Amino acid sequence: MKTKVDIDYSSDWPLAPAPESMSHINLKEKYDLFINGKFVKPKSGKYFDTFNPANEKLLAKVALGDADDVDIAVKAARKAYTNVWSKLSGKERGKYIFRLARIIQERAREFSVIESLDGGKAIRESRDIDIPLVSAHFFYNAGWADKLDYAFPNRKPKSLGVVGQIIPWNFPLLMASWKIAPALAAGNTVVIKAANTTPLTLYKLAEAVKDAGIPDGVVNVVSGRGSVVGMAIVNHPDVNKIAFTGSTGVGKIIMNAIAGTGKKATMELGGKAANIIFEDAALDQAVEGVINGIFFNQGHVCCAGSRLYVQESVYDVVLRKLKGRMQSLIIGDPLDKNTDIGAINSKDQLNTINEYIKIGLKEGAEIYQPECTLPKKGYWCKPTLFTHVAQSNRIVQEEIFGPVLAIQTFRTIDEVIEKANNTPYGLSAGVWTDKGSKIFNMTSQLRAGVIWANTFNKFDPASPFGGYKESGFGREGGIHGLEPYLKFD
Amino acid sequence: MKQINFFDTPKIDQVGIDDRISRITARSIKKEAKVKGLYMILNMIDLTTLEGADTEDKVKHICYKAMHLHDEYPDLPTTAAVCVYPNFVKTAVTELKGSGVKVASVATAFPSGQADTQTKLADVKEAVDNGADEVDMVISRGKYHSGDYDFVFNEIATIKAAIGKARLKVILETGELGNLDNIRRASDIAMYAGADFIKTSTGKIKPAATLPVILVMMEAVRDYYYNTGRMVGIKPAGGISNAKLALQYLLLLKETLGGKWLNNTYFRFGASSLANDVLMQIVKQKTGNYQSKDYFSKD
Amino acid sequence: MSRIAILKTYKIYIGGKFPRTESGRFYQPKFDNKALANMCLSSRKDFRNAVVAARKAQGGWAHKSAYNRSQILYRIAEVLEGRKAQFVAELALQGSTEALAKEEVNLSIDRLIYYAGWCDKYIQMYSTVNPVSGSYFNFSVPEPTGIVAAFAPEKSGLLGLVTQICSIIAGGNTCVILASESKPLCAITFAEVLATSDVPGGVINILTGNRAELLTHFGSHMDVNAVLYCGADKNDIKTLQELAVESMKRTRIREDGDYFDAKHENPYYIFDFQETKTTWHPIEQIAGAGSGY
Repeated sequence: MKTKVDIDYSSDWPLAPAPESMSHINLKEKYDLFINGKFVKPKSGKYFDTFNPANEKLLAKVALGDADDVDIAVKAARKAYTNVWSKLSGKERGKYIFRLARIIQERAREFSVIESLDGGKAIRESRDIDIPLVSAHFFYNAGWADKLDYAFPNRKPKSLGVVGQIIPWNFPLLMASWKIAPALAAGNTVVIKAANTTPLTLYKLAEAVKDAGIPDGVVNVVSGRGSVVGMAIVNHPDVNKIAFTGSTGVGKIIMNAIAGTGKKATMELGGKAANIIFEDAALDQAVEGVINGIFFNQGHVCCAGSRLYVQESVYDVVLRKLKGRMQSLIIGDPLDKNTDIGAINSKDQLNTINEYIKIGLKEGAEIYQPECTLPKKGYWCKPTLFTHVAQSNRIVQEEIFGPVLAIQTFRTIDEVIEKANNTPYGLSAGVWTDKGSKIFNMTSQLRAGVIWANTFNKFDPASPFGGYKESGFGREGGIHGLEPYLKFD
Repeated sequence: MKQINFFDTPKIDQVGIDDRISRITARSIKKEAKVKGLYMILNMIDLTTLEGADTEDKVKHICYKAMHLHDEYPDLPTTAAVCVYPNFVKTAVTELKGSGVKVASVATAFPSGQADTQTKLADVKEAVDNGADEVDMVISRGKYHSGDYDFVFNEIATIKAAIGKARLKVILETGELGNLDNIRRASDIAMYAGADFIKTSTGKIKPAATLPVILVMMEAVRDYYYNTGRMVGIKPAGGISNAKLALQYLLLLKETLGGKWLNNTYFRFGASSLANDVLMQIVKQKTGNYQSKDYFSKD
Repeated sequence: MSRIAILKTYKIYIGGKFPRTESGRFYQPKFDNKALANMCLSSRKDFRNAVVAARKAQGGWAHKSAYNRSQILYRIAEVLEGRKAQFVAELALQGSTEALAKEEVNLSIDRLIYYAGWCDKYIQMYSTVNPVSGSYFNFSVPEPTGIVAAFAPEKSGLLGLVTQICSIIAGGNTCVILASESKPLCAITFAEVLATSDVPGGVINILTGNRAELLTHFGSHMDVNAVLYCGADKNDIKTLQELAVESMKRTRIREDGDYFDAKHENPYYIFDFQETKTTWHPIEQIAGAGSGY
């Protein structure tokens, strides 16, 4: 980089608005709990509001469940397990799940739009990533239902019973599919709690479950406060297993609650992934990977590549390219097909992110945000990078869960491995280099459950996902993802 | 300038390139943005005829078309240039006089490039002496593949020195280069040797221009710009026959190199049938009706 | 005149060395009201030192070739075979019949060989190449969890201990294990076997002492990656699982029963202390079916 010239990404050719059509989107004003195959009012009679974070408009009212509702749901799930689901052959179970997968495909556009309305994520992502993966997960797991003996030879796999599942707000329907699909394939029945800020698509899924003719009580959906509904699921004596995706903090509360109870658990918790660029990498593609790594879903991603390590010899060029690419990102209306970065999921999360940005500045880091105008209404955060940060800074150590990237440099492989592993988390990591033997060195040294080499933030139902250390345990996806939903001789 | 080691050019990850392209093709270019884009495309076309069967008349026809794309719409721009063989340059210059449409000529033993440098120089001289504004040369792919990057570099530099004020477009013939790493390297060689434009293809080899190939070339242009401050143009040629695809090229250009490249000084489409598809789209946007080819003159 | 026998001093085994407990405390396990020996009553600091040794050894052990780890386990079996008599005698002292004692020692040897055989195979069993959509090569492999802190079965002084140790280390983990409190003699004699086999120091660390005293420390040490509890005490299990939460230790519970049973020859014991790592890498798509970049 011998000159100081920069690319000017402004132009007099702006893209016209390209809003996704809202026709055929069925949203009710009010969503009731889905228990035993029916939509039922919560015992409390209370409802909470769910908003569109892009304009703060009310989308629907959603049942505010409590422990009584959970108890009813667990009883329904137990009854369905004992009387129906556990008696079905794997083959028939599988067919129900296949049906559900197909219905989701057919209604993909509707689900995508609602996912973006409720969560603020760009329609490009919900349409091209979230929802296709949701149906893919059901398809993948459906086929396992009658083949479990091949998955675990000599172990005589058996279902567990009733599983309680708690999903996060960042990929609501996708996380629901990661949980429900293997649970059903393994022969369990489910009580699942919707996320508080993004409950709608899970209730849409409940409609699809009904449409698929899946027996009453096999899938039950409840919503409400985590401390009430979530904990009621966790503490219910007739729940055999807990599957949780969310923060490490809440994961610890859950693990404490089930200690000594014999309940099985899968924990998919936080992360602070290192994304490492070596000087011999395909730099432009690496930069694109960094962009996907941290700005995907506004950075509300547990495996987000939030710590970037760049080899010192290419630091200037990478930084220049990264800033340029950030200038060309389109931020705004999540329902516009051209939007790259949508709205922050909630006011609370925006406050958290802004707090971390303040902390970063206070810690002496240098901030960069592209020039762009944000909508006046709604919750927005510009894509942000911090340079001149130290490993000990809080913005390097703690999960921000927003579009905030902290960049450090390194000189040697030794140094970068040490820094990358220097965290209590271990969910994912990224490596960028054109040299094969270096990739395998790095991927074997990095202590994380998912390693993306020369790519980032790729997901697939056949690919096991889950963490090391405080990022949790158990895997979701692939043959490995079935194991947590089974018991063995 | 410090000697550049072309054995050590930046690496390209093809799957990553495809990933980036999928973001572009998922974009939606609508309404006023579409119309404006379509006008830009027309104005970036090098209307091309490079057939063994070309005649004076044929060249005259495309020159007329370049200046009168669709007379029912008087606000339409002209194309950027007309691209012909050297022996038709004189005709084209006469026909296009005063229109602002440039005359480009392929040269250097087009399309194979299999000739000695003296022959190529004679070819180029004919084009320039006849008044070509732009010369589209081909690189020696054989020498490239044998690793003789110095030869390729020197040949381009020699041609550049021989054409005076004319602008030099260097055709990499990407369809013969084998992979994206080679396209990146050939782009670098061409630019450092003095190319004003790098161009994908002769149109005689398939695949010709594709979005992944152009992205690699754009990234090469961007790095070269970072390194030298000089803006080099890009010309995809061959394989772009519909407006939608051409719009995606423009969008990729905008997101990779920014607004300064969004004009025909720095971006061209080498195409023979693109113009009519773009015209049909423009008329559709204005009338609301889908169009038929029969209402747009071929040349 | 009869010769005065030399009584053996049983120490603990940390980092390949035999220190006494830093606490200077001892206890006397008894059989038939007869004290068997003076055993170290290991302290929290002994445990801490053992974890330091285990951490130091972990990377090297995990990165040894599977073949090499297998040979080392086999070597332990060989050395144990040569010292059978001593183990039979100790088991008898702790209350076993001679026939049972012989069988326990034989089975311990066989179990080492069983797990030695798994070292270079379990990865093949548990690894997958995952057929993902898109042009990516995607595979999952097991990797060792790290340091396992284990409470050996109380009732099975040798075979129970050996089963836990070999299933942990076969998978590339290192361990700190607390021997049976009432039947600790063989554990330390087994450490002498380890010290003369080719096991690198720190891979296996053996403490003797009181389970109740060390329980919370095993559960709360932040540099321990997993805890193995052999037993059925509900309070112990609850305490351990609660303490494990702070650093998300993996906790595993196994029985304190009959380790003679063949079910304890089980590759899933190895997988109990494995993490699954999934790696993605693009596959270039050029040529072949005319991708034409």
